[in-house]
Amino acid sequence: MSRPSTYKVALAVAAKDLRIERRSKVVANQILPFAGIVMVLFAFALDNDGILQRVAPGLVWLATLFSSIIVVQRTFAVESADNALDALRVAGLPPAGVFLGKVMALTAQLVLFEAVLVVLALVLYQVSVSLGGAVLLVTTGMLASIGLAAMGALYGGLSIGGRGRETLLPLLLLPAVAPILIAATRATEAAFGSDGTPLREGWPWMGLLGVFGALFLFGGTLGFGTLTDE
Amino acid sequence: MGRWAEESALCSVGAVTTPAVSIRDAVVLLGSFPALAGADFTVQNGEIVLVQGANGAGKSTLLRLCAGLLPVTRGEARILGHDVTSERDLVRSHVGYLGHTNGLYLDLTAAENLSFWGRAVGASPAEVSDAATRMGLTPRLLDTQVARMSSGQKRRTALAVMVIRRAALWLLDEPHTGLDAAGRNEIDSILREAAASGATVVVASHELERAGSLATRRVEVAGGIVVEVGTP
Repeated sequence: MSRPSTYKVALAVAAKDLRIERRSKVVANQILPFAGIVMVLFAFALDNDGILQRVAPGLVWLATLFSSIIVVQRTFAVESADNALDALRVAGLPPAGVFLGKVMALTAQLVLFEAVLVVLALVLYQVSVSLGGAVLLVTTGMLASIGLAAMGALYGGLSIGGRGRETLLPLLLLPAVAPILIAATRATEAAFGSDGTPLREGWPWMGLLGVFGALFLFGGTLGFGTLTDE
Repeated sequence: MGRWAEESALCSVGAVTTPAVSIRDAVVLLGSFPALAGADFTVQNGEIVLVQGANGAGKSTLLRLCAGLLPVTRGEARILGHDVTSERDLVRSHVGYLGHTNGLYLDLTAAENLSFWGRAVGASPAEVSDAATRMGLTPRLLDTQVARMSSGQKRRTALAVMVIRRAALWLLDEPHTGLDAAGRNEIDSILREAAASGATVVVASHELERAGSLATRRVEVAGGIVVEVGTP
């Protein structure tokens, strides 16, 4: 039996994680409604169309960020429920493959997630988006999702064995994702044209999102095995 | 050649056969507590060894060391000829470890669990199907979500994963726990079959009568030291 490549292990792990989500529907039935309620509550709390339109990008990304913590916790909870992580470790699978598989599955879930939240923002906060803005939004969503997924998988792996991991993960993750929050919000402001922000001001933020994503993908590929080991 | 003989052949170098497990004066610290305190433990290929001992004696630590899940602080531990510290990944890729849990994905069916492991370790669909058949997993059971399975059915699914992985060394921690008489008999016959096919089996158990009849040799762990008890 030949040893599978990192790529094949990543695909197997991603397919397994997405199948688990399709079966359990935790993200679709629990986390997505949670994010939707957060968006509605923001609308109630601010209760002013002008303010809502101005702060809509930040609200979308805050809701994404809070929800992504639950998604990351969920993706590692399935590994610890019957101690499957031990089985993965003992199997001698390349840790980079496991990490990249987790990132792929998380990215897919986050992209879908953001799509729903943006649609909610368009409806609830009455923001509008041009064709160019839509292209910028899609690019922002993809890059921010990869960055959030890479950081989530890395910090999720770090906190999985720890006592009080439910509180440890947000404490570790939230400060670290601040640059993604800032860059994604600024880019989304440009895409929505919030406060008259021109579209061209959004694109430079893609560089920061790209660098962050690449940095954590690289770091996670190298360090995931050590982090998840005892 | 038996199913596991290919992996077991890794241990043979010319006329000299390397033991499946060779642990010398091993100290393993859990925090600051020496869970193993200078343990010596050798297992030859094809043996079924019962590890007995009181709670907290170090049985699980010994198995986790053999699985490459714990490093030695002092001494030496070679599994299937590989050093557990410097060649950890090689050790892990040849070892199957079944602890108190089964390492399965509860939301998936047994078939989906086996399919995942098949893809992850590069086993063919035919090998996956063969493993399921050998472990008595019927089509109906294969389509059952693991969370809805009985303890025995989960154990059999976990053992099928070991077969898919072609583990040369099977390490089982209390494999009979939570099983009814039929389930225990099934586990025993599976382990005997694995050993007959060339795998080496180490079982940690409190159930001396049950596991003793299965084993070809018994050792006892007490105070972090391994003591030879003899043949059952």
